Amino acid sequence: MSVGLVVVSHSEKIAEGVVELAAQMAPDVVIVAAGGADDGEGRPARIGTSFDRVQAAIERASGGDGVVILTDLGSAVMTAEMVLEFLEPEARASVRLAQAALVEGAVAAAVQAQGRSTLDEVLRAAEGAVVSIRPEELEPFVSHAAAAPGQGDADEAPSSAGGPTASGAWVLPNQMGLHARPAAALATGLAELDAEVTVNGVDGKSVMLLMSLGLGQGRTVTAEANGPDAQAAVDFIGEAVESGFGESD
Amino acid sequence: MRMTTDLDAQWAVRWVRETARVVAENRALLIDLDRAIGDADHGENLDRGFSAVVAKLDSADVPSTPAAVLEQVAMTLMSTVGGAAGPLYGTAFLRAATSVGDADVIDAETAAAMIRAARDGIVARGKAEVGDKTMVDAWTPASESAETAAQAGANAPDVLAAAANAAHAGAVATEPLIARKGRASYLGERSAGHQDPGAVSTALILQAAADSAGGAVA
Repeated sequence: MSVGLVVVSHSEKIAEGVVELAAQMAPDVVIVAAGGADDGEGRPARIGTSFDRVQAAIERASGGDGVVILTDLGSAVMTAEMVLEFLEPEARASVRLAQAALVEGAVAAAVQAQGRSTLDEVLRAAEGAVVSIRPEELEPFVSHAAAAPGQGDADEAPSSAGGPTASGAWVLPNQMGLHARPAAALATGLAELDAEVTVNGVDGKSVMLLMSLGLGQGRTVTAEANGPDAQAAVDFIGEAVESGFGESD
Repeated sequence: MRMTTDLDAQWAVRWVRETARVVAENRALLIDLDRAIGDADHGENLDRGFSAVVAKLDSADVPSTPAAVLEQVAMTLMSTVGGAAGPLYGTAFLRAATSVGDADVIDAETAAAMIRAARDGIVARGKAEVGDKTMVDAWTPASESAETAAQAGANAPDVLAAAANAAHAGAVATEPLIARKGRASYLGERSAGHQDPGAVSTALILQAAADSAGGAVA
């Protein structure tokens, strides 16, 4: 079983909507909505967050390799933190509270979880999925990391610095370009290699960041890798891109 | 002539019932304050929470220690409040219960430590600091005044009264502040000119604690 997700929002509709959106790209992932607060028996949920609903949602999502919780505004975070404090230490160890934008984070985490990634990889996907509109860019969605390559990662320089490096560049042949499925395939494959990989300035192990590049047919994919498996990583990307990710056109 | 009482489990129950009464009485005020700078749910949420606490007390045997009463309050608030006040006051009452331990009667020093523990729990949960225009701006002076009173030899009810007075002053002092935490922080400078609803409800709750013990109003 993959990592499960819990979506906590002040609004029941937002939580259910985010679950619906994320589930579209991750049919095998358990994603549970915990939106709104109870307003007594039989009445519709009101705006708020509910300790009991979050607790029950974590319970339902915890059948797999752990749970990542995504939240919206402040008191959703506080409610989730409270629930975590009430978990048994053993259960607590396999639950993570993501500091992420709710919609983007949930989609990224779901896609990552669908690829059977580990708990911390799913968490990283969620937290890496901060997206902003950059009017000077051609693509509507560009990640902060893509807009300012090198920034944000400065404090975690690869330990393998000075080790083998490799790089490559290829043109995307397939009609759909680097869309969700190939992005997930690349990120999942790269996650298994011992290398720091940058694709067009973003972390190659992040599905959401790869997708946010918005690279279509005819665009160039450039990769740089550091670490023991650097060459293998570049070869893997090159083969995947040149084969059009196995898509017929 | 002023009668003070021991801070025992019966006092804790009176405190909770008095809190429910004053929160209901000030429901509209809290809603108005929260409408000005927040999401207008503080009065309604707190009223719902403390009504549920009273219902719980009515439906079961009264716990035998102050800590057990406070813990029951915490659990009920967490499940029923819904807004930010749920986890914040839930944490406050839970930490207060832990700090009191199994004491049958809370002495002056323990009363001050109880308010300190509640305040520290709120800071840990909400990550707000003094001056952010939150309930921390009432809890912090309340805690400091309670400790000063306890050190000066005040009895436990008077420690609570000192805390309540300082919380009121702290709540009033939030009026000109610009919010840096919570929903009100989205308003920026427009959040100035209104008292923070969480600081006001803190003053109500601590006043109820003092009134239930007969503490002196300075």
